[in-house]
Amino acid sequence: MLSKRIIVCLDVRDGKTTKGIQFKDNVDIGDPVEMARLYYETGVDEIVFYDITASYEKREIMIDVVRRVAETIFIPFSVGGGIRNVEDMRAVLLAGAEKISVNSAAVRDPSLISKGAEAFGSQCIVLGMDVKHVGPRPGIPSGYEIVINGGRTDMGMDALEWAREAERLGAGEICLNAIDADGTRDGYELRLTALISENVGIPVIASGGAGKPEHLYDVLTKGKADAALIASMVHYGTYTLGQIKAYLANRGLKIRQTW
Amino acid sequence: MIAIIDYDAGNLTSVARAVSHLGFRCAVTNDVEAIRRSERIIFPGVGAAGSAMASLRRLGLDRCLAEAFAQGKPILGICVGTQVVLEYSEENATSCLGFIPGTVKAFPGDLKDAAGQRLKIPHMGWNRIHRVRPHPLLADIRETDEFYFVHGYYPQPRAPEWVVGRTEYGVTFASVMGMRNLFATQFHPEKSGRPGLSILRRFCRWDGKADR
Repeated sequence: MLSKRIIVCLDVRDGKTTKGIQFKDNVDIGDPVEMARLYYETGVDEIVFYDITASYEKREIMIDVVRRVAETIFIPFSVGGGIRNVEDMRAVLLAGAEKISVNSAAVRDPSLISKGAEAFGSQCIVLGMDVKHVGPRPGIPSGYEIVINGGRTDMGMDALEWAREAERLGAGEICLNAIDADGTRDGYELRLTALISENVGIPVIASGGAGKPEHLYDVLTKGKADAALIASMVHYGTYTLGQIKAYLANRGLKIRQTW
Repeated sequence: MIAIIDYDAGNLTSVARAVSHLGFRCAVTNDVEAIRRSERIIFPGVGAAGSAMASLRRLGLDRCLAEAFAQGKPILGICVGTQVVLEYSEENATSCLGFIPGTVKAFPGDLKDAAGQRLKIPHMGWNRIHRVRPHPLLADIRETDEFYFVHGYYPQPRAPEWVVGRTEYGVTFASVMGMRNLFATQFHPEKSGRPGLSILRRFCRWDGKADR
């Protein structure tokens, strides 16, 4: 059987890994290539890099990071942040990434998903969704709304409808980030994750709120997620990947345990 | 020199990077003469079987590969490269190379695991291979090792003698096949960490004989 994937997320700004809480107050915490190497050697199943560099002109710095990561680790990794068009996607894939994650740009122009899937295959295209709980209301029947710009702009779009639409357009995977849980370390948004995962046919990566190994267990079982994204849990040495994987395996989940 | 066959079928840079990382010389090429001169061939691929076969035929690589296979040159198929060595693929109803008798099947739409849970398609992520026969390229692989897969179709060789390893995902399928100098994996060894690199390393030194 397929293993549940543990994915580490690195936010990268101007070529350095950084970490903020609810998209604010970022501090640099290390070199992304060296951090990727460490996580690769300690058994991470996949890595996600988000380029949060403010300036579009500095994108070349990120491409260089991607190239160096691709020469260092031999597992899949994806790159998101600042992808605006098919040419941006191509640059990242040629530099060695396995997948590209699109978020705000796909909300503004959904055809970006279909164009990317057509050019590179659905397996390359991850839809990143930032979602906020607002309660059911007209236009938002699921009670979960899509937000962009780090949660500052409400889009008036229903999260479940957007997930289904993205699948129809050719997205190969969804990375679902619950804004309300992000950075809290109080656990993933289980209800939202299960809602999306049970209603699409593509894998769902849960993101936002991981603080303890049992949070991963919960989202991979009750939350029906195919993969769990973590960041600060491991960046600050609170847990090692080995500890998290051993915990999940001991509770009966199928986890990749040798590498 | 190792020729990595370039037939417009996706991300070939990752295979070349992995081979170079292991210290072997390789070239990504669709040049028939360069492929003829190569010591061994890696035949990767992502994308659809239909467009893969169309590209191979257009570039004359179908005949070139058949010649290399007949000569005993070591060949490693990966993912779609593995699927098209069979005779026929249900994907785009494609007639394929036919080195190994058998077909490529679509995962059924209502795929479920042993506990009755719905399984998503494609089969994407890490899974194990259960060896059904020894093969020199798998000499370092442990039963617990996992490999990275991403595919919606799976190989089904007609005779069990061509199956080297099997993987389970709702159905049990041949994830590793071997026939003489041809070795073919449905998973991506270049994206499967240490166990995947060990298969690539052994392939880069392999003499094409399966019986050791």
